[in-house]
Amino acid sequence: MVHIFNFNDIITIKDLKREDIDYIIDEAFKLEKVAKSEENSDTLNGKILGMMFFEPSTRTKLSFETSMKRLGGECIGFENSITSSVAKGESIADTAKMFEAYCDGLVIRHEIEGVSKFISDIVNVPIINAGDGAGQHPTQTLLDLYTIKKEFKKIDGLKIALVGDLKYGRTVHSLAYALGLYDVEMYFVSPKELKMPNEILHDLEKNNISYYEEENLKNIVDKVDVLYVTRIQKERFGDIEEYLKIKSRYIINKELINGKNLIVMHPLPRIDEISQDVDNTKYNKYFEQAFNAVPMRMAILKQLLK
Amino acid sequence: MPLENKPKLKIKPIKNGTVIDHITANKSLHVLKILNLPNKENKNITIAMNVSSNEIKRKDILKIENRELKSSELDQVALIAPKSTINIIRDYNIVKKEKISLKDEINSIIKCINNKCITNNENEPINSKFQIISKAPIIARCYYCDKLISKDEINKQFE
Repeated sequence: MVHIFNFNDIITIKDLKREDIDYIIDEAFKLEKVAKSEENSDTLNGKILGMMFFEPSTRTKLSFETSMKRLGGECIGFENSITSSVAKGESIADTAKMFEAYCDGLVIRHEIEGVSKFISDIVNVPIINAGDGAGQHPTQTLLDLYTIKKEFKKIDGLKIALVGDLKYGRTVHSLAYALGLYDVEMYFVSPKELKMPNEILHDLEKNNISYYEEENLKNIVDKVDVLYVTRIQKERFGDIEEYLKIKSRYIINKELINGKNLIVMHPLPRIDEISQDVDNTKYNKYFEQAFNAVPMRMAILKQLLK
Repeated sequence: MPLENKPKLKIKPIKNGTVIDHITANKSLHVLKILNLPNKENKNITIAMNVSSNEIKRKDILKIENRELKSSELDQVALIAPKSTINIIRDYNIVKKEKISLKDEINSIIKCINNKCITNNENEPINSKFQIISKAPIIARCYYCDKLISKDEINKQFE
């Protein structure tokens, strides 16, 4: 018998097979009404989720809290290193051990890569990686795929462009791995300074997954079903003029996409990489995507904590 | 070939201990570093560097007296000298001869090259850990942060 979604932790999207992802997407669909408060649930009544956010977060933290509370559970935790005992010099390992004693599961965000993996090896409660540096952000990927499936009723057969900072943007790293499990055409659109890292390309090539690298957004905008946009950050460039020049080439506005048959997604926060004139168009799926975090994270918490 | 022109053994045989042969030329000092030698107990160590070899053209040899290294100690040596062979010597005789083999996982010997990797955080109780995803050429992948490390980047750490 195949054990679908038989996981103790969610550390990297690479641990999941396609059937696991399809299964959790189906589970998220079933929880839509609870996510919208049209139905109530006490599935996780009595359970406590620990939130260890060493790095700031708005959507990820709030949507985990909302998801836990919608399922009848509760949350404890901190949202930056300054207000936790880490500021006094306590190790991440000791902090996690303390949380293990208080909680039924832990959500961890940290600027250092590999923290969730490390903690999952030393504590016995489920660990969810909510972003580790430029590493992975697997639950974001699952809600991204959920958004695509909700929109197109399928993932196979689609043409999907990942746009912007592909070097440091952790959401696109996880997403590229996951899309590789489907029959999709992947376009990596970025300035040459911010190309998809070798680690990711190595794995895609090893698994015979084809992708196209492109610097010019205009060359692919007619071809794709999804534009998945990420922010190009100023701090990645030494020269401010260079940054401004490059950034302007990756801005999505109404003029660029008008008349095209595509949707625009973004893990948010956006600054100006998607112009506000896109907000009130049919192309905007980024706010829907932010809502979709709730049914997807509910489905994940239900699987891990129940 | 006249007898007087025959190449002579440049270093003396040892009575008891371990001989590591066929070390990649000029890597013997790196190997000693990995093995944490010499130390208080193992004082007599002979090194031959860049000598000719039928198998690998040029090689280094290490002779460690009065200590029989275990294969678990030597596995890590394969990381920088993959063609090395081990001879265990007792009373001038070779009692055991084996090739070093690179394991699929290595621990602690090298550091992750990603400064932002948890293994480079001194405040945490953690050791580096790598999976060997390619043996020729060697490519290691950090178990924690996924970073790939090439043969050259590994060698650089022992310079």
